[in-house]
Amino acid sequence: MSFFKKLKESIATKTEAVTNIFKDGLSKTRTAFVEKVEELITRRKKIDEQFYEELEEILIGADVGVNTVMQLIDELRVEVKKRKIEDAADLQPVLSEKLIELMKGDDHAGLRMAPSGITVILFVGVNGVGKTTTIGKLAHKFKSEGKSVLLAAGDTFRAGAIEQLEVWGQRVGVDVIKQQSGSDPAAVMFDAVQAAKQRGVDVLLCDTAGRLQNKTNLMEELNKIFRVIQRELPDAPHEVLLVLDATTGQNALSQAKLFGEKSGVTGLVLTKLDGTAKGGIVIAIRNELSLPVKLVGLGEKMGDLQPFDSEQFIHALFAGLIQREAADESGIKAE
Amino acid sequence: MAAFESLSNRLQNVFSKLRGKGKVSEEDVNEAMREVRLALLEADVNFKVVKDFIAKVKERAIGLDVSKSFTPGMVVIDIVNKELTELMGGTQSKLVKANKPPTVIMMAGLQGAGKTTTTGKLAKLLQKGNHKPLLIACDIYRPAAIKQLQVLGEQIKAPVFSMGDQTSPVEIARAGLQHAKENGNDYVIIDTAGRLHIDEELMEELKQIHQTTKPDEVLLVVDSMTGQDAVNVAQSFHEQLELTGVVLTKLDGDTRGGAALSVKAVTGCPIKFAAMGEKIDSLEPFHPERMASRILGMGDMLSLIEKAQSNIDAEKAAEMERKMRTAEFTFDDFLEQMEQVKKLGPLDQIMDMLPGMNKMKGLKDMKVDEKQIGRVEAIVRSMTKEEKIKPELLNHSRRKRVAAGSGTTIVEVNRLIKQFDDMKKMMKQFSSMMGPKGPKGGKKGLKGLLGKNMKFPF
Repeated sequence: MSFFKKLKESIATKTEAVTNIFKDGLSKTRTAFVEKVEELITRRKKIDEQFYEELEEILIGADVGVNTVMQLIDELRVEVKKRKIEDAADLQPVLSEKLIELMKGDDHAGLRMAPSGITVILFVGVNGVGKTTTIGKLAHKFKSEGKSVLLAAGDTFRAGAIEQLEVWGQRVGVDVIKQQSGSDPAAVMFDAVQAAKQRGVDVLLCDTAGRLQNKTNLMEELNKIFRVIQRELPDAPHEVLLVLDATTGQNALSQAKLFGEKSGVTGLVLTKLDGTAKGGIVIAIRNELSLPVKLVGLGEKMGDLQPFDSEQFIHALFAGLIQREAADESGIKAE
Repeated sequence: MAAFESLSNRLQNVFSKLRGKGKVSEEDVNEAMREVRLALLEADVNFKVVKDFIAKVKERAIGLDVSKSFTPGMVVIDIVNKELTELMGGTQSKLVKANKPPTVIMMAGLQGAGKTTTTGKLAKLLQKGNHKPLLIACDIYRPAAIKQLQVLGEQIKAPVFSMGDQTSPVEIARAGLQHAKENGNDYVIIDTAGRLHIDEELMEELKQIHQTTKPDEVLLVVDSMTGQDAVNVAQSFHEQLELTGVVLTKLDGDTRGGAALSVKAVTGCPIKFAAMGEKIDSLEPFHPERMASRILGMGDMLSLIEKAQSNIDAEKAAEMERKMRTAEFTFDDFLEQMEQVKKLGPLDQIMDMLPGMNKMKGLKDMKVDEKQIGRVEAIVRSMTKEEKIKPELLNHSRRKRVAAGSGTTIVEVNRLIKQFDDMKKMMKQFSSMMGPKGPKGGKKGLKGLLGKNMKFPF
């Protein structure tokens, strides 16, 4: 059985609604990325330098990143030599396999929840990636699963940030622990953890102010927040999620690295994937830093935040390829 | 990105084989251009833009006479740098002013690019020029976006016009403009909601605001960390709104900011401002030449030089230099020097501007803590006049007194004195190297020095 067929069958067991959210959200990615590869393969029948160069451009155009692309192309060259592939069309499955390999990694995509008691999730990231919005959406998700949720307004810096989280709190129907604008975010976290203990909530979601990863003092502040939470609740935070904007280029690697050092990032949230951006940076981060993607934002509605499912992601990304391969196979049977 | 050494180094490697050759052959150029291409791609410049750019530079570089130049690599970098600068706008441009006030400025961009913050910063900039801007809050979608603009307005004491989040943005913009005319505001800045450039409904709304208010400036706010997609975003917004300029945000990060080049290339609009920090007055005019060297990974030397020129007293600097040369450097001079450096701004920002600084081993992990500088200062100030001039006087009991006086520990005092001594030794070596006969040790000597002895005392 071909790889894609297996993938297809595995997908078939999943709910159609989720599959559709992925497919719709990633439609732009698909057209921009997969179709370009297909077009290249049909146009250039032979594998030559020109072919590699164009392939390289498509991959780089998806923000996969120069390092990862070079590595991928080198691996492809080796495979082509080994398997004596001459026809570009025969290269396609090899390429898909390699890409999927890169994207999959080890699969523990689910959020780590505390076995008992409070689960604390800390959100970090640069300015404007969508931390507060992600928290709002995630609160909604937990709430609808019947869990009790508390939010901590740790962004005491940006104007209107506390209010923004409060609006989300009202929408979803959960309480927000806050102090005044300009107060110490670590103090807010202290309060929030105490409140969470007192009320015995299931999940505490902690917002923080956006900060650029090269600002040493702000990163130290984040480290303090992390330590305060850890001190008040051993084992916590159970997840530290770095929120990444899918339109971000190579700087995302620097973000993942530096935030990882200061706040012990355990996973990524990729937002705004419903634009034309291709989120190829995920592949680069997987390849170079092996951080798993845990959640993806595929639209503006509350339900558009989904747990990352590499199979769904790949399925949505390569839907065109899968259909074609399926058609090819039924064609063979008919003969 | 640490994995990539700076472009200038890589180009030097390519051209090192070239010694003795009179002219750059096509092959040499091809090889060099491959390095340039990688550097640009790594900086997130869109690959199509890179392609066109490379073709252009190639044309200029082939057949170039390099027999006179010491390093052909530098010649090529110079061409690349000049072309880049030109492509990004040549010179900086200013905001348009309407013949009949108010001048209407409309902000647009993706979610999270920094429109609202930039609106506040732009207003502050206008206020500095004695203008009276009115801010119009048209982002009715994101929770608390209006509140954010109101808080910013309060901070800088600029009026904010809002009609809540139940009125249509088009209506708010119209009423806001009217309000400005009645209240004598000479500038109006319309903050709009962030939207995806492929969201037809919301793009239509922007178009309507555009038709209603007939803005003199339509500024696209672009996150400088944006990747390859910057091209599509800029193109769509430009097609719908006829942009007049671009504001680049979050440039105080460590991104190389290739998006700037992409956006400029597809829209042809000048990049008018760059947002360089969290504070409300951190909006600066855009400097194409600095951006060019930043994209190439060559640091922002020009900015540093300019900062130094405006802040450092030339006479004092000359005196300091003389003292350094003769190695009669005392703790008093040390304090003086620290004051000068502090004037340049936050130290980590200065470090960022130096080319290669982020790649230097050891320095990468160096954290510049402003508080630590304060402690060093306290230690020095706790010394007597005599001790400052003759540090060798500082015996154990004197050191103890200094530690107590500055609220530090004796360990810290010891460390500072040790570092000060090292510094002095280094200066001696420097001055013998830089003697009248010119640099003896050359680059190698300098490098060794930097590696071994150059420790910042803070």
